[in-house]
Amino acid sequence: MQKFKTIKSIPAYLPIVNIDTDMIIPKQFLKTIKRTGLGKNLFYEMRYNEQGTPNDDFILNTSPFNDTKILIAGKNFGCGSSREHAPWALLDFGITCVISSSYADIFYNNCFKNGILPIVLPEAKIKELSEYSKRKEEIIINLEKQKITFGNNEIDFEIDQFKKKCLIEGLDDIALSLEKNPKINEFEKKLSSNRPWILND
Amino acid sequence: MSKTLYDKIWDDHLVHTQDDGTSLLYVDRHLVHEVTSPQAFEGLRNSNRKVRQPNLTLAVADHNVPTSDRSKGISDEESKLQVETLEKNCEEFGIKLFGMNDKRQGIVHIIGPEQGFTQPGSIIVCGDSHTATHGAFGSLAFGIGTSEVEHVLATQTLVQKKSKNFRIKVDGKLSIGVTSKDVILQIIGKIGTAGGTGYVIEYAGSLISSLSVEQRMTICNMTIEAGARAGLIEPDEKIFNYLNGRPMSPKKENWDKALEYWIKLKSDGDANFDKEVTLDGKDIMPMVTWGTSPQDVISIDGRIPNPENEADEDRKNSIERSLKYMGLKPGTAIKDVKIDKVFIGSCTNGRIEDLRDAAKIVKNKKVAQHVYAMVVPGSGLVKQQAEQEGLDKVFKDSGFDWREPGCSMCLAMNADKLKPEERCASTSNRNFEGRQGRGGRTHLVSPGMAAAAAISGSLDDVRKFQN
Ligand code: SF4
Repeated sequence: MQKFKTIKSIPAYLPIVNIDTDMIIPKQFLKTIKRTGLGKNLFYEMRYNEQGTPNDDFILNTSPFNDTKILIAGKNFGCGSSREHAPWALLDFGITCVISSSYADIFYNNCFKNGILPIVLPEAKIKELSEYSKRKEEIIINLEKQKITFGNNEIDFEIDQFKKKCLIEGLDDIALSLEKNPKINEFEKKLSSNRPWILND
Repeated sequence: MSKTLYDKIWDDHLVHTQDDGTSLLYVDRHLVHEVTSPQAFEGLRNSNRKVRQPNLTLAVADHNVPTSDRSKGISDEESKLQVETLEKNCEEFGIKLFGMNDKRQGIVHIIGPEQGFTQPGSIIVCGDSHTATHGAFGSLAFGIGTSEVEHVLATQTLVQKKSKNFRIKVDGKLSIGVTSKDVILQIIGKIGTAGGTGYVIEYAGSLISSLSVEQRMTICNMTIEAGARAGLIEPDEKIFNYLNGRPMSPKKENWDKALEYWIKLKSDGDANFDKEVTLDGKDIMPMVTWGTSPQDVISIDGRIPNPENEADEDRKNSIERSLKYMGLKPGTAIKDVKIDKVFIGSCTNGRIEDLRDAAKIVKNKKVAQHVYAMVVPGSGLVKQQAEQEGLDKVFKDSGFDWREPGCSMCLAMNADKLKPEERCASTSNRNFEGRQGRGGRTHLVSPGMAAAAAISGSLDDVRKFQN
């Protein structure tokens, strides 16, 4: 996984609540067996009209937002299906930070596995940032300091310290867990006597 | 200290806990399907890792398979590649697979219970959000992303942080024509699609324990639509009887040991829940969704809400957006809404009892002329059972299409989908924009309600059809 570095980018604001993973990447693109190449289909149904040509009103089709690394959106972002294709599509498009007042659980976890930072802020701060985004000026996301800087203002954000460490160091979850192999072996040994039917049948 | 059922299952699966509470949990059962697994297997190959416990893993192709004649294989190239990739991966890593032509093939959340793979007190995961279904057996079951699928394959564990405890108590009795689908729709309407975020929900109360095993699955299935990590129900005699003798259920002395463990699986009387909600069965009506989120739900006697009556600006905008997409006007009686298609199936309502419910309503009646109606059994075994009972004939006689098992128009990844602006009464679980096909309009209902809509040609009250 890529190490998460400080981001400087003009954020795009999508003023919709409950953006579900079907909206982020519709099912016709789930037939892929790869992780890459989904960026062009991100938000497909809003981004393209029925003929498949780009919808010029959609924010991610307009400059400078088509190059954004930061997406601000309404609450309960990423609800619905567990598809990791949603963060893959965001990442492939170039978005490495999402800002919302809340997320669906599975989507939130999936972000961290792919080097994407999902920031949670109170509604009032989301308003402030979305207002600011109209200026089309860069903002800075510093994960190390847990700070968003825009103009002369700053917002601090909270994050789980372990998740933060994994993002910054680009740690591979599986490798970390495999280091616990002796503990897993020990657990399985106990399992075969405590709940033998789990392993045997 | 007193513990909830969730606390107990959690504690029994702890391999390791870090100081900050991040925990490594042992996974007892792992279900795999074709859409969310190829990249996980690819990851294993790239890093030269093996599947730690192939015997605790079961795979099936369901999302992408055609529900028409399968003798010619899959015509869509991409779908075909995905299904073949699953076959290759299972062979390479030694995982048991129910192939497309196996009669045990079906929707992953239907075959788990059917085979006895799903068991009380176990942790069950799958790269699919509706894994919550298995919670009906008193297991901790939840959906995971593809990176986590890879993690489970490699280590048979998962990194998790503990959720909070939420109890939803439903007491009383269900009125005639009301089903567990209506119960869960009403719950989601009440607490909202984010109402369960950060929680594991335990469903309790006399109404819940009066439900059959299959009805319980419908409730737990849609827990994810309320945003919760998982939903579960204390296992009881009905669950044990259901599991007894299934192909993958514990056998002989293991069965006795399992039973001894299973009967102890319940929340302590004084266990603490961080949040509680109660409902009474007598207040639950046949429900139907009008919008593009499962929380947009009213009873069949209701009218489409007016966004102007909403004080909250976000809510107002989202109602307006939904109504525009759904092509509906505020104040319209939902019963007056004409439909074009009916879909009976999915992991929510594609089991034998669901098909029986629907068949009872359509028997000796005809599907309205302008309506196309289809039944997609949840698995090959459900289909076989239905055919033994003659349900296929009841459906076909009244004009329904009788199909092969799979996810089908629940997510419209195969050829079964709605055209723009087509309106569908569906027994599935999501009415999101485009879920059943671009521009398609979905109304979520119970199987009986879907059957009633097929006959009437409009959304209708199933209670009218009860004799
Ligand atoms: S039936 Fe629908 S919800 Fe269930 S697993 Fe298939 S696609 Fe998902």
